Amino acid sequence: MSETISPAAMPGVDQAVVRKHLAHHFDTPQQQFDSGKLGMWLFLTTELLLFSGLFCAYAVYRALHPEIFQFASQYLDPTSGLINTIVLLTSGLTMALAVRFAQTGKRTPLSICLVLTMLCGLTFIAIHADEYFEKYQQKLLWGTNYAPKIVQPAVKAAAGSPGTWSSLNRLAARGYISSHSTIAPASIGPAGVAAAHAAAPTVPLIPQPHNVQIFFGIYFLMTGLHSIHVIIGVILMGWLLVRNIRGDFGPNYYNPVDFVGLYWGIVDMVWMFLFPLLYLIR
Amino acid sequence: MATISLHEADAAVGKRKNYLNQTTTIRSWLFTLDHKRIGLMYLAAGLTLFFIGGMLAEVIRTQLLVPTGLIFHGTGTIQSSYAAYKHYNQVFTLHGIIMVFMVLVPMIPGALGNFALPLMLGAKDVAFPRLNLLSFWLYISGAVLAVISTIMGAVDTGWTFYTPYSIDTSTYVVLMVSGIFLLGFSSIFTGLNFIVTIHKLRPFGMTWFRMPLFLWATYATAVIQVAATPVLGVTLLLLIVERVMGIGIFNPALGGNPVLFQHFFWFYSHPAVYIMILPAMGIISEIVPTFSRKHIFGYEFVAFSSLAIALIGFMVWGHHLFVNGQSAELDAIFSFLTFLVAVPSAVKVWNWLATMYKGAIKLDTPMLYALSFIILFTIGGLTGVVLGALAEDVVLHDTYFVVGHFHYVMFGGTIIAMLGGIHYWWPKMFGKMYNEFWARTACILLFIGVNLTFFPQLMVGAYGMPRRYASYLPKYQPYMVASTIGAYVQLVAFLIMASYLLHSLFRGKKAPVNPWGSGSLEWTTSSPPPTDNFDTIPVIGDHYDPYDYSHLQFDPAIGGYVHTEEHVGPHHVYHR
Repeated sequence: MSETISPAAMPGVDQAVVRKHLAHHFDTPQQQFDSGKLGMWLFLTTELLLFSGLFCAYAVYRALHPEIFQFASQYLDPTSGLINTIVLLTSGLTMALAVRFAQTGKRTPLSICLVLTMLCGLTFIAIHADEYFEKYQQKLLWGTNYAPKIVQPAVKAAAGSPGTWSSLNRLAARGYISSHSTIAPASIGPAGVAAAHAAAPTVPLIPQPHNVQIFFGIYFLMTGLHSIHVIIGVILMGWLLVRNIRGDFGPNYYNPVDFVGLYWGIVDMVWMFLFPLLYLIR
Repeated sequence: MATISLHEADAAVGKRKNYLNQTTTIRSWLFTLDHKRIGLMYLAAGLTLFFIGGMLAEVIRTQLLVPTGLIFHGTGTIQSSYAAYKHYNQVFTLHGIIMVFMVLVPMIPGALGNFALPLMLGAKDVAFPRLNLLSFWLYISGAVLAVISTIMGAVDTGWTFYTPYSIDTSTYVVLMVSGIFLLGFSSIFTGLNFIVTIHKLRPFGMTWFRMPLFLWATYATAVIQVAATPVLGVTLLLLIVERVMGIGIFNPALGGNPVLFQHFFWFYSHPAVYIMILPAMGIISEIVPTFSRKHIFGYEFVAFSSLAIALIGFMVWGHHLFVNGQSAELDAIFSFLTFLVAVPSAVKVWNWLATMYKGAIKLDTPMLYALSFIILFTIGGLTGVVLGALAEDVVLHDTYFVVGHFHYVMFGGTIIAMLGGIHYWWPKMFGKMYNEFWARTACILLFIGVNLTFFPQLMVGAYGMPRRYASYLPKYQPYMVASTIGAYVQLVAFLIMASYLLHSLFRGKKAPVNPWGSGSLEWTTSSPPPTDNFDTIPVIGDHYDPYDYSHLQFDPAIGGYVHTEEHVGPHHVYHR
């Protein structure tokens, strides 16, 4: 039980505001706030556990088949992942500022911060959508949909490439090296370099391991579930924005802003794990 | 004022508004934020689903009366037999899904917990009433999705949805699994609500160790609900994307790992059996001291054993995979932990026995259920230890022994305790008493029926009969027939129960404030309680002890117990 003095008992506090937002079964606004906060933390725990199933699947498959992850992760673009990381971190800052402005009762800065956070969220989604679209075009997908085809004509960079298999394969994935697929669809048969290209005959290409589609299944599941959470967060901030314009929040009542801020923190944090686990492994 | 007779006081209380007649529109029920009304709606919905699940069980038992199957059997050819037996698979799958996900998991927290928890705590409501209502409607939505899936093509995978069959089958797995996904969220929100309520809404003076043990049990349950159910959520989500998009995580044809599904599934579903049994144990911890007129023995041990069960319960899921190619080291660890979880369970049983020892035991209906629980749960628990032993499990895996064990724990444990709880809190819920004679008759009949149904299953399982078969070897028939007769006896008991409970609703004797002489707070407010639970916020004195019965005395004039010493109880107790 909280022993904090209720704002209702403090001088200079607008009693009407306190009464308006205090639910009938709570004694004090402080008790209501504490309850809401504990509830939100518990909910966020369940969110983490929801993701933990996917992280667990990731760990199991990576431990059993490291070669899949080594091979497949090079098709993810660390640059766009990094940009997304920066975008999300920025949004974390604006969201934290929003909570602060709500506590101090600064309405306009609160609105600005909410809008900025929403914009960051939308930027993240846009970059991600572009990434998905690229994967879709290259058929770097899950299950039987995994059938990468590289159609563009060859030659641009192969000769001058540093010669490591990973950079070569990345180039191949972008269509710079090969005029035909270097990767046999997993559903068709034993993988491997289908036909070593004449331009780079001396560089040993790592053979494609079996079941690369598993990586893309996990990639789409994890980032997809995360993106859904980002979208929900943006919607929640729209709701906060409407309420703020209506004048609901002030030093005596800012609970929803605080709780959405916590939620956004978790969304940020999950991405901080997803980014290295998916994009930066070699 | 001072000379007002008890009958007049009773009459005056009867005319007051209570939570049942405060408002009367259907809307005021369907969208109520009152935890007591939500509890009753859970009760009504849950009992309806329990009836459906029970009738499916009767179908199963009837099918197994003869070795070739009485209801579903072919016309002689193997193909026709397969087609017929598929329906049997659907029936036992639905029975399992309904009973596990819609009755056992949500019923005690949803119905009895919602009704009793804030009352026992001395709070006006749960912490998040709107979330509570959402939780109820998620429960209903989940059940509706399950019904739709059943109409379109009932699932035939068994309630465990093991891959790869659940990926391949042509039945409506996605709809059913989506329904269970919603049920999972309902469960999470209920648990979250209870944790916050117990942490933040305890009135002044209600310390942790003054809480009735039902609250400790509900708290431990809520921890599991919050910490395990999300994993079920993600598992079912993966199964859905598996079927819709062919993502391949669990599908060996796409490089996936079906055993991973089993790990994920049991990581939830084993703790889930503690979601089912812990609140049941909490109910028993209330009933036993009340009807023994004796303080609970070893309060702290009972309280902490709930948390211990919740904790250890998270680490035993691997005992479902002893024959599935787990490493021997893991098998041994899981086997050891499985034995370990029996310890806190046994602590509870011994504490109940010690509570009864030299008590003044009253064999009212709730107590009969509590005694049934202790016997049946002990059989169920001990057979569980048998199954936890590695070598024995290899023999008994997937036999009727497992079915018998599970039903002893879940029916003999959870359902019996739930019925005990319903009979215990019935006077408080509806302000009416039920017919004690018929209630005791039904309870005894049910006890006989449960044993007659499930003990032969233990035996026939030990003799080697596999579970989930629609037909069986003729040598097993005597056991199967005995089991079916037991199921019919249970049906009769439930029909009797339904009759006297319905009779009590309309014609029952008015219930006094405290018919059983319990010391916890819900028995200090009127029966049924007012919408705000208490007329004044309860103030818990330093001497408050929910298991102290010394100040409660039976008053034959009102048929209930009254306080004799003011200073021991909460300040606002009714002085009637």
